[in-house]
Amino acid sequence: MRSSDRRRHSLWAPWPLVVLAIVGSLLFVVPLIGLLGRTPWSELGNLLGTRVVLDALRLSLLSSVAAALISAILGVPLAWVLSRVDFPGHSILRAMVTLPMVLPPVVGGAALLFALGRRGVIGGPIFDATGFVLPFSFWGVVVANTFVAMPFLVITVEGALSNVDRRFEDAAASLGASPLRVFRRVTLPMIRPSLNAGIVLAWARALGEFGATVTFAGNLSGRTQTMPLAVFVALESDRDTAIAISLVLIVVSLVVLVAFRARWWSPGDRDPAGEIGGST
Amino acid sequence: MFCLVTAVTVALCVSGCGGNNGTGLPGAVDAPDSPGSDSATGTIEVFAAASLADSFSDIEEAFEKLHPDADVRLNLAGSSALREQLREGAPADVFASASVAIFDEVASLDLVLGPTRVFARNRLRIAVPAGNPGGVEGIGDFDRDELALGLCSEGVPCGDLARQALEQNGVNANIDTNEPDVRALLTKIAADELDAGIVYATDVIAAGDEVTGIDIVGHSGSESAGEDAGGPATLEAIYPIGVIDEGPAAGGVRSLGDDVAQRILVDAGFVAA
Repeated sequence: MRSSDRRRHSLWAPWPLVVLAIVGSLLFVVPLIGLLGRTPWSELGNLLGTRVVLDALRLSLLSSVAAALISAILGVPLAWVLSRVDFPGHSILRAMVTLPMVLPPVVGGAALLFALGRRGVIGGPIFDATGFVLPFSFWGVVVANTFVAMPFLVITVEGALSNVDRRFEDAAASLGASPLRVFRRVTLPMIRPSLNAGIVLAWARALGEFGATVTFAGNLSGRTQTMPLAVFVALESDRDTAIAISLVLIVVSLVVLVAFRARWWSPGDRDPAGEIGGST
Repeated sequence: MFCLVTAVTVALCVSGCGGNNGTGLPGAVDAPDSPGSDSATGTIEVFAAASLADSFSDIEEAFEKLHPDADVRLNLAGSSALREQLREGAPADVFASASVAIFDEVASLDLVLGPTRVFARNRLRIAVPAGNPGGVEGIGDFDRDELALGLCSEGVPCGDLARQALEQNGVNANIDTNEPDVRALLTKIAADELDAGIVYATDVIAAGDEVTGIDIVGHSGSESAGEDAGGPATLEAIYPIGVIDEGPAAGGVRSLGDDVAQRILVDAGFVAA
């Protein structure tokens, strides 16, 4: 496998790089060890089998998958426009799309509340007309998750689109394919590895989302309380449960990230777009 | 030995010296058995419950004006979050909790060097957005399904107290969100996204015009939460304070009990203790 070739090369790296890399990786490994050291292993089953935890797990999986799918459905066209269309305010739009990656999620959640809440700029008229309220509902969680997760997909896919060899698209168009058909049959397959990477990144971000969710969607077990919220609440009163839930979050995330990482580096993948996704 | 005496004196003064000294000046208390501790210098790390945010900021300002060499640093969070930080060895000189139970848990870890003293109390009130769009009249309305209702989450003092209040009044509450702390709950009420929530009297005052307060009066029978009915004691938060680390600067915390500090607390809506 190409991946193992690359890793073997790194063993011959200059020692200062290796030392710094070890220090860097400790930053990620040490907290995990700390968590494992406090884990109440014998009670793990009992702690995780409770109604509250199972509800949180179900809500987390559903809302993060929904957010990743919505991110793909809306984010790919957005990335395409950012990459292919020149229009006034282009760079401002791109900055705004990536803003949720920088913004404290709580700020994003508050902004969502002021826009989509029942007194919000957009949420207000909708509430008055239909009585529908996004905050404090499952779909509020999905919106908050999508808000923070979609930028990861957009920048991944946009990077890939910018690296696509445009001659393939031109050739398809010259043979009579409509622009939409070119996009579906030529562009999309070429960026597939990056799209997959973007979806997984967006999903992972959504799974860990806390600040925007609790600010916009609130916290109610069985309706809006996802795993991160359950951890936070449990930390206040029941540390063992908090650690147990954290452990589940870590295991689920690691399994998915490792599995997909392996696929991004899959042998024979010479798509330059794949490199972009892999290095994000 | 000296340190212990200082710590005890300070912790007592935190609540006790206020009424007696009458100078009205923070930190101007004479304490013959702990020489030098009334001139505060250096950094004082104060861990304080989130509901104390506004008053403690004012007290900090007043205190630092009188002690230019002292630097009070406030670490504000939910009492239970502060407990976790202290448990993990966070550096603190003073701990002001919104819950006796949480304070006692910290004390049981041998982290508090002084006795528990109460310096303020805070009544629970119902907060509704200005104009009361949900038409909330009392705690009995918390079972109305069509209202968007919030509480603090369980384990947070305001959440536990609110649940006691609901239980005492026989209300089967229909809650839409359990907020991690009282300020988060207040924000959503002030934004008119919730029709009502149970917060502290101080929060209703802090929110100004955006929020209206409604007293918690039981629908079932006892029309007054009478002083000796046994109920009211659980319907208010009790704020204990103590010295965590006597340090060189901790002498200055005594000022929390004096007139200026107590006046700031009462202005903010606390009940003097």
